[in-house]
Amino acid sequence: MIAAFCIAPAAVVFAAFWLLPMAELAWLPSTKGAATYFAVLTEPRYLKSLVQTTVLSVAVTLVSLVVAAAVGLYLGRREFAGRRLLLSVLTLPLSFPGVIVGFFVILVGGRQGPFADLTDALAGQRITFAYGLTGLFLAYVYFSLPRAIASFTAVVERMDRELEEAARSLAAPRWAIVRDVWWPALQPTALAVGAILFATAMGAFGTAFTLASRYEVLPITIYNEFTNYANFALAASLSIALGVMTWAVLFVARRFGGAAAAGAAA
Amino acid sequence: MRGGADVKLRRRGRVDAPVLLGITVLVTLFTVLPMLVSVGAGLTNNFSRGWASGFTTRWLVEVWSLYGATAWRSVALALSCVVVALLVGVPCAWALARSRSRWARAFEELLTLPVAVPGLATALALILAYGELRGFRQSFAFILVGHVVFTLPFMVRTVAAAFARDDLVALEEAARSLGASFLQRFLGVLVPAIAPSIVAGSLMVFTLSVGEFNLTWMLHTPLTRTLPVGLADSYASMRIEIGSAYTLVFFVVILPVLWGMQAAARWIEQRHGALPSHGR
Repeated sequence: MIAAFCIAPAAVVFAAFWLLPMAELAWLPSTKGAATYFAVLTEPRYLKSLVQTTVLSVAVTLVSLVVAAAVGLYLGRREFAGRRLLLSVLTLPLSFPGVIVGFFVILVGGRQGPFADLTDALAGQRITFAYGLTGLFLAYVYFSLPRAIASFTAVVERMDRELEEAARSLAAPRWAIVRDVWWPALQPTALAVGAILFATAMGAFGTAFTLASRYEVLPITIYNEFTNYANFALAASLSIALGVMTWAVLFVARRFGGAAAAGAAA
Repeated sequence: MRGGADVKLRRRGRVDAPVLLGITVLVTLFTVLPMLVSVGAGLTNNFSRGWASGFTTRWLVEVWSLYGATAWRSVALALSCVVVALLVGVPCAWALARSRSRWARAFEELLTLPVAVPGLATALALILAYGELRGFRQSFAFILVGHVVFTLPFMVRTVAAAFARDDLVALEEAARSLGASFLQRFLGVLVPAIAPSIVAGSLMVFTLSVGEFNLTWMLHTPLTRTLPVGLADSYASMRIEIGSAYTLVFFVVILPVLWGMQAAARWIEQRHGALPSHGR
């Protein structure tokens, strides 16, 4: 009785401002025919956008995981002055809106940026990387790394060091230590954080919006359909496709990752 | 003694794990350099000509007059979001932690959906459902409800995990057997005992709300611009020095608030951390 009373406010808020609106969103494409639900697969334009977004997100996730694992392995097992400070600087971008990350890339790799100045001085040519795939990739890695670094460092701090000492004293080659000691210890975190990074990259809107990249990602496609073409049914269909995809990846990771995934998400 | 010192010396002599160290240094540069360039650009007369053009605060002054209001709005919005998430989320977390029913698990699963689904989808759904209600659509409440459904699961999960601790169940039983009413138990015993988790949840909600863009860009109107929305606007339509100065305003306004809250959280954790398992 009291429990029901305690859940009621949350249930009302959630039903009124998420569940019911979402149900309406899910229903909308059917007004244009059931085929609208599959537009993301049947329309080459949308399919291209989906494939581009997925390829970018997979690449960003893999690179961020590898790099962040290396940083975590370094920072998680050393004590030095300023380690806490360094960690808080490295995880600072977690509180940045995506638009700031996009702006950083424009600032550094754009037409007026120091990178263009540098290539002008060295090669006599102003090279920019902000407005294409490279800029998008670097920006996504920028906002993905902090989350992965925080998780990996926390895991490495709790990692058993004796196993590795034993392997070293038995003269195990470096790759064998990576495969038999590091990988088993880090694998659950890699799976859980990887799923979160992938889902975040798939749905990232602010960064892509600021960069206005030639390489179109699905959130931008949805935004254009909605605001520029007022094509609500299609925007709804595409966002359902995107939502189902990100939710499924997180769900699968949670099923296989268990406690580790829950810990990384918190 | 001497052996130990020798080992230390030997360790200090060589650089251990040079590859890992190299990657860590590169990642630090990758993270920090854009922040420094941005702060510098906001304080120079002309970004293309660099430091040579001289320092100025005129961009900051201009940003403050153009967009200053967005900073306080964002802080107020994030604080409102924390208050709503506390009022709605903490009782819900208690009920979910005490219930073993399948319905409770299903509801918990449902609650986390707004985090799994991209913010753009949630925003479209809210506009489709409530876009016609002019008064609501044009008010801050419209952005607030979006932020609340997005941040609520973080509050509920963090606090429910604390409520579920065995020692708290025992404590609650003891209070009940001594005749404490539900409100007395809840506000007098349980909530103080999990204060660190409540603070941690609030901090998470505040951080997420203050930097939220994906939902807010769709939900805002010209009169309800938040700081991240204003940033996007300045990046698209103003010169690069103004965008940089505005980014600096974000750092200067938001980060001290965040650090202050983190320090407060650590302080509360230190005071309450030992309670109730080892405490009085």
